[in-house]
Amino acid sequence: MHATVCDYIADLVHNAVEAGATCIQLEAAMDPAQITVTVTDNGCGMDPAQLLRAEDPFYSTPGKHDKRRVGLGLPLLRQATESTGGRLELHSEPGQGTTVLFQLNMQHIDTPPLGDLAGTLATLLALPGEYDLAVRRRSATGDYAITRQELIATLGNLENALNFGLAREFLAALEQELAPQSHTRAA
Amino acid sequence: MSKLTLDDLRKLRDTKRKEINQRDTTTKEIHIVVGMGTCGIAAGAKETLNALVDAVTARNLGNVLVRQTGCMGLCHSEPTVEVAVPGMPKVVYGKVKAEQAATIIEQHVVGKRLVDSHILDRPAIDLLR
Repeated sequence: MHATVCDYIADLVHNAVEAGATCIQLEAAMDPAQITVTVTDNGCGMDPAQLLRAEDPFYSTPGKHDKRRVGLGLPLLRQATESTGGRLELHSEPGQGTTVLFQLNMQHIDTPPLGDLAGTLATLLALPGEYDLAVRRRSATGDYAITRQELIATLGNLENALNFGLAREFLAALEQELAPQSHTRAA
Repeated sequence: MSKLTLDDLRKLRDTKRKEINQRDTTTKEIHIVVGMGTCGIAAGAKETLNALVDAVTARNLGNVLVRQTGCMGLCHSEPTVEVAVPGMPKVVYGKVKAEQAATIIEQHVVGKRLVDSHILDRPAIDLLR
């Protein structure tokens, strides 16, 4: 279901948007040994009981699908981190927001491949909704930062396919600058 | 920091817009919605979205909006794509892989002919060939 690390990242940002966040920060730092991802939002947050239930695969918050009783995102991420020597940390305050940090050992044979990070970031920056997403990427060779508002101010509506294509191209070029070495396994 | 800047992106955008402005831009907007829930992504919706955008970019169609949405409740037929072209029935296509995505742009969006083989939510039968 989650074939790549990018799928986990996308899942966390989707959760933040669905939690009503207006400000989301995504940080992804990568080196040959590991990837560390932090997603922080100012959404509705969770109390300790909800936080526990968030990791129950047979629990999902009522949203678009009121009868849905399955929520696999965080349980699958927990499983992936624990089975590959990584870690997962959840911090949340009702009314304040949530921070999710996960770390995966990129050398572990069971760690999923990274996937298309530039494409994933482009889709996350172009999700419908009234929110800002600040992306910060770091690697051993450099870093970059970009926000959804900056992209919209530069290109216009990101749902316009041509604008989206340009944003995707731009992010791919930025990622290319960060990854001259071949330590990442693409999907 | 990265050598690429938003100014570079702005220049690229301006170049593209000049190309589009040389053609007729009075056409109404075409709306495409891609199901990007977990089920859609597991079935390849990201590749479908990329293929749609690639096909639109290859034809430089400035009036196509591609919107992401969650699960449309059609998990059995993911990836799903809804296409709304002015003057045509709104159609939901199922099992849209990259190849079919390119066909949808070429045949439905540009050629104004439905891609019958992948229609899920069928319009009135007399609208189909």
